[in-house]
Amino acid sequence: MDFGFSQEQDLLRQTARSFLEKECPSGFVRRMMDDPAGTTDEFWGKLAELGWLGLIYPEAYGGVGLGLVDLTVVLEEMGRAVMPGPFFSTVLLGGLAVREAGSEAQKQAWLPRIASGGARATLALLEESARWDAAGIEVTAKPGRTGGFVLSGTKLFVPDGHTADVLVVAARTARPTKENPSHGVSLFLVPADRKGVTATVLPTMDQTRKLAEVTLRRVDVGSEALLGPLHQGWPVVARVLERAAVALSAEMCGGAQKVLDLSTEYAKVRMAFGRPIGAYQAVKHRCADMLVAVENAKSITYYAAWAADQDAPDAPLAASMAKAFVSDAYRKVAGDGIQVHGGIGFTWEHDMHLYFKRAKGSEVAFGDATFHRERVARLLEL
Amino acid sequence: MDFRLSPEQETFRAEVRAWLSANLPPDWASRPVVSDVPRAELYEFGRVWQRRLHEAGLLGLTWPKEYGGRGLTWMEELLLHEELVLHRAPPPLNILGLGMAGPTIIAYGSDAQKQRHLQKILTCEEIWCQGYSEPNAGSDLASLQTRAVKDGDHYVVNGQKVWTSLAQISDWMMLLARTDPSVPKHKGLTYFLLDMRSPGITVRPLRQITGDAEFNEVFFENVRVPAENILGGEGQGWQVGITTLMYERLALGFGLQARFEIATAATLELARRMSREGRPAAKDPVLRQRLAQLVIDNAVFKYTAKRAITKLLRGEMPGSEASAGKIWWCERHQALQDLAQDLLGSYGQLGRGSPWAVDRGNWHYTFLRSRANSIEGGTTEIQRNILAERVLGLPKD
Repeated sequence: MDFGFSQEQDLLRQTARSFLEKECPSGFVRRMMDDPAGTTDEFWGKLAELGWLGLIYPEAYGGVGLGLVDLTVVLEEMGRAVMPGPFFSTVLLGGLAVREAGSEAQKQAWLPRIASGGARATLALLEESARWDAAGIEVTAKPGRTGGFVLSGTKLFVPDGHTADVLVVAARTARPTKENPSHGVSLFLVPADRKGVTATVLPTMDQTRKLAEVTLRRVDVGSEALLGPLHQGWPVVARVLERAAVALSAEMCGGAQKVLDLSTEYAKVRMAFGRPIGAYQAVKHRCADMLVAVENAKSITYYAAWAADQDAPDAPLAASMAKAFVSDAYRKVAGDGIQVHGGIGFTWEHDMHLYFKRAKGSEVAFGDATFHRERVARLLEL
Repeated sequence: MDFRLSPEQETFRAEVRAWLSANLPPDWASRPVVSDVPRAELYEFGRVWQRRLHEAGLLGLTWPKEYGGRGLTWMEELLLHEELVLHRAPPPLNILGLGMAGPTIIAYGSDAQKQRHLQKILTCEEIWCQGYSEPNAGSDLASLQTRAVKDGDHYVVNGQKVWTSLAQISDWMMLLARTDPSVPKHKGLTYFLLDMRSPGITVRPLRQITGDAEFNEVFFENVRVPAENILGGEGQGWQVGITTLMYERLALGFGLQARFEIATAATLELARRMSREGRPAAKDPVLRQRLAQLVIDNAVFKYTAKRAITKLLRGEMPGSEASAGKIWWCERHQALQDLAQDLLGSYGQLGRGSPWAVDRGNWHYTFLRSRANSIEGGTTEIQRNILAERVLGLPKD
């Protein structure tokens, strides 16, 4: 048994950290907050050069062929830098859905383009109900006159839905059955320039991560747009969400670690009543609790990533345990970070709010702690 | 990263499993809850049990072969603890000798001291207790006042210790005493190996919140200790004592994690069994959330421990993982006991002896006993100081 990273993974982390410190400092993050795309072509091209856009895709499709544990290392560093832009939506939502369920032709069409930086993708899942289960899918896909499908309805909270080149849309093609409440959902690959697709960016709390409303007005797609089996698309969504939850947990761990680092450094230099505030137990115990939360968050996340890579029987359980734990932990740590910083931590100028907002946005993405605890209870047959 | 065991580790685990299945008393596996510390009625059983574990070669796994150990790694030690608990085996009686005194003697002892003590710790021929805390020195351990004054080739000890588990049946004590009151408090301490049969020692049981007398007060009146029983040199007591505490957190921590796993399973089972206002407690939406959180907390504890072991196996000292584990365990174990009481409702009030008691009233005992978790072996406040100062590098108070 070995529960640590390899030398190659440590090296990958060093590369990621030094790249992001240079290319993605706070100034860049703040510029991208005001930029609707959330990234620049130049920065995106560098991610492609590093191989990160295809890190977890097979080499046959232009990827590097590594696993989620390897990606965890990079994601932690991205979370540490509050990296803006559509990396997550492209690689872990849209692209991952294609990797999981795509036909050979679909994989050939999209994965090499994603890996080389030539296309951005996302998953259009949530709707007005904001439900994370199959019952939330009400956007319809009806048989078209020429053998394809016609998609109608509105998707909400679509990560980078306004800049993606292709959207994986979950739509209803049949009613759920009594035996299988997730029956009747199908996935479609919809190019964003298809007639009838409109996307509007939504004002969100975490401005480093854009969410969009995507309206589908009688969008015609051919039968080749169907991704995965007809009516049986939900298991694909579930698998993608499970991996996305683990990946996001990894990113959150990196952010929480950075908050701890910033707070600890500040507690060593900020003076009050003639001493550094970190000498007072009220502050140092808060920092110790943050450390415990961060270490524990990493432990469960790393295990969940490993279990996902191994397709272990407890991988779904581990994914929910990680997302539940890390969601609570990052929110708490980010809030504690503001408290340790005092007034300066509440300003726009200080970076602490970037982490606090990212923590909150990440907490609700793919199900919050309450959602995942209930899922844990169900998986344990309680 | 790989959670699978190596073939050698699989073989070792199979060996332990087979031995435990063949040697545990048959009724043992049906016990619903295990306690963390040997209880008085189990002392004699614990002594016999430890001898058999030793004869099977399952004690002192990480100790050097020349002193009766097996020269294995922490991984085998962890596997042993996991299996002991998964089989609901009782802890060996000489838990402080095995977990603390032995490793400290290995680290600081002379060859003569190692020859004299280690074998007898393993065989349970000599039971050990720990003489650290005093009525006026708990978290501020270095302020302890028990004095040891040099007199020829002996030291004369006067003072008092408290919370001394197993003192009433102990043959030896790890004693921290002040040999030099003129230097700063951490520098004037010396670590003695004290024969508990020496004249002048009085042991008085201390009844605790559970009603058991697991702890004792120990009084010293002109107790003479030979100078050769100093461990690690005069004035080195703090350094030596800290080593003992580090092993306490590490080795006993392995057992804690496995016990937490069993207690978690027992709590889930309780939730399936108990009803709340006419429906199964496990179906109550709020209790479901807490039960799921408990399962998550257990997993978190398990994987943090495994990260600590990985560091040990790679030859690094686990810093944050070990102390983080202790803080996490006591907080979450108390939450577990709170949850179990909520599941039991009125039945939680019933103790041993009531025919209506659930699981023979064991939950009643473990709930009360858990209040000590955040005090014993270094309070949670002290653990936080350690993490903040030694790991995060924050300034001292």
